[in-house]
Amino acid sequence: MNIAVIQYNAGNIRSVAFALERLGVNYIVTDQPEEILKADKVIFPGVGEARSTMSYLKEKKLDQLIIALRQPVLGICLGMQLLCRHSEENNTPCLGVFDVSVKKFVSTPQSKVPHMGWNALTNVGDWLASSITEKQVYFVHSYYVPINPFTTATTIYTVPFSAALRKNNFYGVQFHPEKSAETGEMILKNFLHSSL
Amino acid sequence: MLTKRIIPCLDIKDGRTVKGVKFVDLRDAGDPVELAAAYAAQGADEIVLLDISATNEKRKTMAALVEKIAARINIPFTVGGGISSVEDVAPLLAAGADKVSINSSAVKHPELIDQLAKEFGSQFVVLAIDARKVGNQWIVHTHGGVVPTDRKLFSWAKEGQARGAGEILFTSMDHDGTKSGFALDPLQKLNELLSVPVIASGGAGHLFHFAEAFITGRADAALAAGVFHFGEIKIPELKLFLKSNNIPVRL
Repeated sequence: MNIAVIQYNAGNIRSVAFALERLGVNYIVTDQPEEILKADKVIFPGVGEARSTMSYLKEKKLDQLIIALRQPVLGICLGMQLLCRHSEENNTPCLGVFDVSVKKFVSTPQSKVPHMGWNALTNVGDWLASSITEKQVYFVHSYYVPINPFTTATTIYTVPFSAALRKNNFYGVQFHPEKSAETGEMILKNFLHSSL
Repeated sequence: MLTKRIIPCLDIKDGRTVKGVKFVDLRDAGDPVELAAAYAAQGADEIVLLDISATNEKRKTMAALVEKIAARINIPFTVGGGISSVEDVAPLLAAGADKVSINSSAVKHPELIDQLAKEFGSQFVVLAIDARKVGNQWIVHTHGGVVPTDRKLFSWAKEGQARGAGEILFTSMDHDGTKSGFALDPLQKLNELLSVPVIASGGAGHLFHFAEAFITGRADAALAAGVFHFGEIKIPELKLFLKSNNIPVRL
């Protein structure tokens, strides 16, 4: 199996690559369309700001490429948010695979923003193994994807939000599986072993 | 529910862990890679690596070490010590660090916080503040808590947040190493004042000190070094204790 990790100005590419190495899978980090197209699976990582990242993807013509992919694609954190229709982060039109709009958390005295740290997965279904229900995973984000018909796991922080999504061959996780200890590794394995 | 984080801190000099580490079942307790991996396996939620040698030459060694640790551990980690520019940080990020912590250099050049937040995002920037109570005031100290400054803890923390720090790591130099518990009053005040997470540091000696830091001090995370290195407090035991006191933790 060949995994392509999409190379762009995201902050967590190295961490994703190391996580794949620990799982012993073959991967390449690339922004070359032909390499991405021929991969068995594609990982679209992401740490950064929505608008500048979308501009970068457009400049490299990766925006059209990503939405046209047929093999399983996993968006991580900002990667998942960019697969949605729109983000409140600097009012950014996104890729539109998931027809849902990304919102900003409202900070309260009890709940600081960003949502940073380990929080539990609930309502786990579809491609995520049910054994990870109530397990904690590592989040760092100020924007969230509301619950929608594509939600496959939820987490509560000020509001319930989508911890994971899936639509056809497109998968997304708001948390960082590459930094979520054994639970994260299991989730990455689920994705790597999933079949359409 | 978002859990409270337990963070062991490793002091590193010339690529080796210092401050005495007695870790059973570890071939080389001085090897930060082995130690970080052991803490991750025990259930630490994050790890902080502090480079106390931190000269230009040795920082290159640090980037190489960060890479080895990133390859090995599957939880987030922060790297600090001697970072004074955006140029110092880029190799650490490239090597796989999740966050950097800045301290003395931010006091000297506060705009460093803005620059790092702009370049890498607030989630990447931890502002570490060492403070000591002088009279009625908590005064910020630099260079390992030795040199007093004209800055006050609360206003500096607030300024750090406004400039883009994503977390505040507060060490009470009055409590550090005493094992008498964390500085609860200033922690509580920081929590009221700030909308970013606060990490409590300095003073951990017993399990209940951590519970106090979370309940009374309302800290989001608690950091310690010696009590973990010498096995006086074991992370799994600490987490079970906290859970039995209704404090949310990751088990």
